[in-house]
Amino acid sequence: MTLYVDKREALEPFAKHEADAVQGKPRSLTRDAMRRLFSNKAAVVSLVVFVLIVGTALILPPFLPYDYETPDWAAFSAPPSVESGHYFGTDQNGRDLLARTLYGTQVSLLVALIATTVSVVVGVLYGAVSGFVGGRVDAAMMRFVDVMYALPYILFVILLMVIFGRNVYLLFAAIGLLEWLTMARIVRGQTLSLKEREFVEAARASGVSTFPIILRHIVPNLVGPVVIFASLTIPEIIVTESFLSYLGFGVQEPLTSLGTLISEGADVLEVMPWLLLFPGATLVALLLSLAFIGDGLRDAFDPKDR
Amino acid sequence: MAEPILSVRNLSTTFSVRQPGLFAAPLALKAVSDVSFDLGAGETLGIVGESGCGKSTLGRSILRLVEPTAGQVLWQGRDLAAFSPAEMRRARRDLSIIFQDPIASLNPRMTVGDIIAEPLRVAEPDLSKKDRRARVERVMAEVGLVPDMINRYPHEFSGGQAQRIGIARAVVTEPKLIVCDEPVSALDVSIQAQIVALLDDLKTRRGLTLLFISHDLSVVRLVSDRILVLYLGRVVETGPRRDVFERPAHPYTRALLSAAPVPDPAASRSRRRVMLAGDPPSPINPPSGCAFRTRCPIAEDICAKVPPPLAEVAPGHAGACHFAGEEARRRLDAVAAAGERSAA
Amino acid sequence: MTSASSSAPLLELTGYSIRFATPDGEVQAVSGLDLTLAEGETLAIVGESGSGKSQCFNGMFGLLARNGRTEGQARLAGADLLALSPKALDAVRGRDMAMVFQDPMTALNPALKIKRQLSETLEVHQGLSRREAEAKSLAMLKRVGIPEAERRMNQYPHELSGGMRQRVVIAMALLCRPKLIVADEPTTALDVTIQAQILELFRELGQEMRTALVLITHDLGVVAGVADRVAVMYAGRIVEEAGVDALFDAPAHPYAAALLASIPRIDRDGGSVEAIPGRPPNLIHPPSGCPFHPRCRFADERCVAERPPLEPVAREGHAIDAGRRVACWHPFAAARAGSAAAAPTPEAVLHG
Repeated sequence: MTLYVDKREALEPFAKHEADAVQGKPRSLTRDAMRRLFSNKAAVVSLVVFVLIVGTALILPPFLPYDYETPDWAAFSAPPSVESGHYFGTDQNGRDLLARTLYGTQVSLLVALIATTVSVVVGVLYGAVSGFVGGRVDAAMMRFVDVMYALPYILFVILLMVIFGRNVYLLFAAIGLLEWLTMARIVRGQTLSLKEREFVEAARASGVSTFPIILRHIVPNLVGPVVIFASLTIPEIIVTESFLSYLGFGVQEPLTSLGTLISEGADVLEVMPWLLLFPGATLVALLLSLAFIGDGLRDAFDPKDR
Repeated sequence: MAEPILSVRNLSTTFSVRQPGLFAAPLALKAVSDVSFDLGAGETLGIVGESGCGKSTLGRSILRLVEPTAGQVLWQGRDLAAFSPAEMRRARRDLSIIFQDPIASLNPRMTVGDIIAEPLRVAEPDLSKKDRRARVERVMAEVGLVPDMINRYPHEFSGGQAQRIGIARAVVTEPKLIVCDEPVSALDVSIQAQIVALLDDLKTRRGLTLLFISHDLSVVRLVSDRILVLYLGRVVETGPRRDVFERPAHPYTRALLSAAPVPDPAASRSRRRVMLAGDPPSPINPPSGCAFRTRCPIAEDICAKVPPPLAEVAPGHAGACHFAGEEARRRLDAVAAAGERSAA
Repeated sequence: MTSASSSAPLLELTGYSIRFATPDGEVQAVSGLDLTLAEGETLAIVGESGSGKSQCFNGMFGLLARNGRTEGQARLAGADLLALSPKALDAVRGRDMAMVFQDPMTALNPALKIKRQLSETLEVHQGLSRREAEAKSLAMLKRVGIPEAERRMNQYPHELSGGMRQRVVIAMALLCRPKLIVADEPTTALDVTIQAQILELFRELGQEMRTALVLITHDLGVVAGVADRVAVMYAGRIVEEAGVDALFDAPAHPYAAALLASIPRIDRDGGSVEAIPGRPPNLIHPPSGCPFHPRCRFADERCVAERPPLEPVAREGHAIDAGRRVACWHPFAAARAGSAAAAPTPEAVLHG
């Protein structure tokens, strides 16, 4: 029988009890989200597929007997074959399709990464400032976003083409500068609700100034939506790039990308189906795996499931 | 009362509420209206009222988390509004706040140690990392948390534990005044008592002055020395705890008291109740005269015309009612007795 | 539905359990509950969050989350609700039993006018014409004390105050004259003056309509004013069940006693509260023996080893109270400790 005499003592068993309750490593929210992500089968399979594709695209090319731009004079328009070493076949110019597909994957991913990074950085900063400062500043900043939204996207891209025509990476950095609009809106909405949260008020009550509050309390809590947004933007940019390349606006010869390869392959579908099949399959696998990863991330970060 | 540590003089806080429609002018919502009181060092003032009565806004206005529109908040004799930003930052270590929702008031992405240390970083920026950690661990032990939990995240704690973290954060800079905004309302009854005991313990050991905001009159009765009752942003009654609870001067206080459930079946059956009809009116468009008249069982013509001043009924005990004190009690008893007769 | 004989209770739970499968393990939310409710009776279920008090009735109404499973029997007027098909359960819900939640908006469709919300239930369950249904709805709104009921009929839920909405929900619950109403924390979100109005309404309705009411709440103060009988739940089990006066007079289970001692009293000055140390148990790994033993002042080895059954007990110097059941090896220990006033009062005593 236990009989507590004063409150100090009463608190002790309570504290011990609490210590028993939580064991193991501290669980941050991100760790929790990752744990949930890794318990999602579709996301894990997709992650494996994605890592395989990216890993192959980055590591394999130097070990291939052919590179992406030098023609093999012995094999023009050759179908896939194991003996010749052209596992994916060659194109009309005798270039190895496997090397080109891997290279194209690299380019597509790099382009997507650039555009997504640009859009996330600009979007988060713009949205967080707009949301946190509020009032007239917020109204002005958001009207600017609305105006940008209203402008036709493709027209913009074509204008950018004229400016950055020769440099595909700059072009996609510029496309990233268009993509941030959605990010900014999402971040602003989140910030508006975050700044009303009591922990921000607590920070203000203890005298923390505005910028540290944004950095310590607002931005870290945006991780969820930002990660989800990024995982959905990457495939979007890959598609945009493929689309632009298909129209002939994208990557220039002898550089290549998945979109360019598909565009070229589509022209000769009847005679050389492998030229469409392999880049197409790679793109589809990439997009599908990214979509499932994005979906898994959304579930993992969704506060409703917590 | 000795020299008050905090004096609030005619404090008003008005929000502008945007209206639907392109050209509609925003409406003024007077959340706090002409509130004055003094608070002595070591005293606990309980602020009670229903939701929307402005009690939380009052607490936040005093800390300048919301900028008051009129009136003064004198902290140790000086007007807080006149403080420079640097002075205000310094003053903030003496003034802190505990929130209602223990989980929402903790940043989910910070560790408990960082959360508790944050006010300390502002108040004592020169403190070494080691000293700061030592201070945090000391205060954690003081509020009944195991210092080993310093690297944990808030969501790993139960509600009561999270509230202890909030309290640790509020007391780490050794403040003089703490605004407790419904600190136990979100907690289970058994945990509620733990937190109330903790607050009381801290108060006695550190000589804290508390502004205890709550809708729960029984908790307020337990912790407060003096009471301030708010209705639609206005003070309707103020006085020492015993007087307010035993001889309420205002019909609203009387109604609040008789509406509060009592954990005693016999008492709750035999209690003479003053039931209020209807809901509190909107603070955007408060009734003329006395704001309470639309729900008051003893309202007369004068109540619609003349806003009643805060009239003293006993030393330190005042009610804002034309019939404040004995007269209101007598009339209410008559109304209640008539009600019982018609029910029977 | 078969009509029960008059002696049978209206609601009878036997061996009623609810489990949830979670990634961390199985949560035993409600364990082997046995409980009866007579017609026209008001029973309060009291417990803290996580005690299973809400889940218990959500399970009966088929409102559990997808990972929840029920076991045992829950007979309403003889028919086992747990064995009914979802469609049959739908028919019973609203007609024979209705639920009132803490947040009235969960029961109201924000896009429908009040009159549609109300009359639809009648049209569906009683096959009334729209005119009849609306007339009946209006009468019910007046009955639950809604002023200007005619005008309210044409309003949308968001135009009403919280207390008004809760009245509409209660009117909705009463429309088909159900035999049983389950109210889950119906006044927790409301202000005290409004809470008093709603409780008064429940009290009147209980006397007038002879509808059985189950009031789920954490607030013992609310219980004292409304209930006939009280069941105190802890960790998914009933630890004490008694008539309201008996329970408040001398709680037999240490948890019930501690709960009572932990509420501050508005009607006493210089009162005190006693905190219950610790926190409610983890229901994935519930404590051995009596679930309350880790927090109990009176626990001994037996409480750790063996779970006490819920059965009638006698208090020293009193006859066995037929309506009272307690699951404790040391019933009335708190009352004895209290009567021996010389003993030091337990921890965390606060004088206001």
